[in-house]
Amino acid sequence: MQDILFYIFASLTLVFGFFVIANPFSRNPVTSAMFLVLTIISLAGLFVLLHAFFLAVVQVLVYAGAVIVLFLFVIMLLDLKAEEQRKLRTFAVIGGVISVGAILAIFLQSLASSPLHADELPLLEGGTAQLGKLLFTQYLLPFEIVSVLLLVAMVGVVLLSGKEAK
Amino acid sequence: MNVGIEHYVVVSAILFALGLLGVILQRNLLIIYMGLELMLNAANLALVAFSRFNNNPDGQIFVFFIITVAAAEVAVGLALIVALYRKRQTVQVEDLARMKL
Repeated sequence: MQDILFYIFASLTLVFGFFVIANPFSRNPVTSAMFLVLTIISLAGLFVLLHAFFLAVVQVLVYAGAVIVLFLFVIMLLDLKAEEQRKLRTFAVIGGVISVGAILAIFLQSLASSPLHADELPLLEGGTAQLGKLLFTQYLLPFEIVSVLLLVAMVGVVLLSGKEAK
Repeated sequence: MNVGIEHYVVVSAILFALGLLGVILQRNLLIIYMGLELMLNAANLALVAFSRFNNNPDGQIFVFFIITVAAAEVAVGLALIVALYRKRQTVQVEDLARMKL
C-alpha cells in the first residue's frame, strides 16, 4: 500500500514539476504558480510517507500558504500584458537539455556506484514533540539566528518595495 | 520491490534537474524563480529521506531551516523583481541583459 502511494505521489510531483517550468496550457505565470502548489502538496504527501509529519504540515502552510500567495500577489501587481509568443532558440534548448541531462547522469551514476547507508528498520518519527525538543536544545542558537534573519528580510523587503525617496 | 532510500533520492535528483532546466530555459523571471523553489524542494526531499532511513532527526531540522530561509529569500527576491519592473517595465530576462538602469 505504501509503495503504491509512493509511486503515485512521486509521479504526481514530477509531472506537476514539469508543468511548472514548461507550461503547456497557458503563457500566464499564474498557471505555473498553481502547478507549483500541486507539486508542493504532492511533496508533502511524500514527506508523510517518510513519517515527517511536522515538515509535511509546515511545507503546506509555508509554501502553499505563504510563498505561493506572495507569488500570486506579485504577478497581480506586475500586471503583465499578454506575452507575445517568443520563440525558444533551438541552440539554447539543445545546450540546456544536454547540460542538465549531463548533471542528472552524474547524479544517477554516483548514486548507482555508491551504496547508500540505510538502517534496517527506519523508526524515526518526525513529530512536533521530537523536532521541537531538538530545536530548543541542541539547535537553539541557529533557531534564534533564523529569527533575526527573518526580521532582516522583512526590513529589507519594506525598504525595497517602498516608494523611492526623493 | 520495496521502496527504499534510493527511490526517494532518484525522485529528488529528477526534481532538481527539472528545476535547473526551468532556470536555464525559461525567460520569465517569475518562472525562473519557481524553478529555484523546485530545486530547494528537491534538496529537502533528499534530506528528509536520508534522515528517515538513517534514524537521525538532524536532517529534518535542516529542512525546517531551509524552508524558513527559502521563505525569506522568496520575499526579498520578489521585492527585487517588483523594484526592477518599476524601472524597466519587463520581466523577460532577455530585456534585462544590461546592468545600466
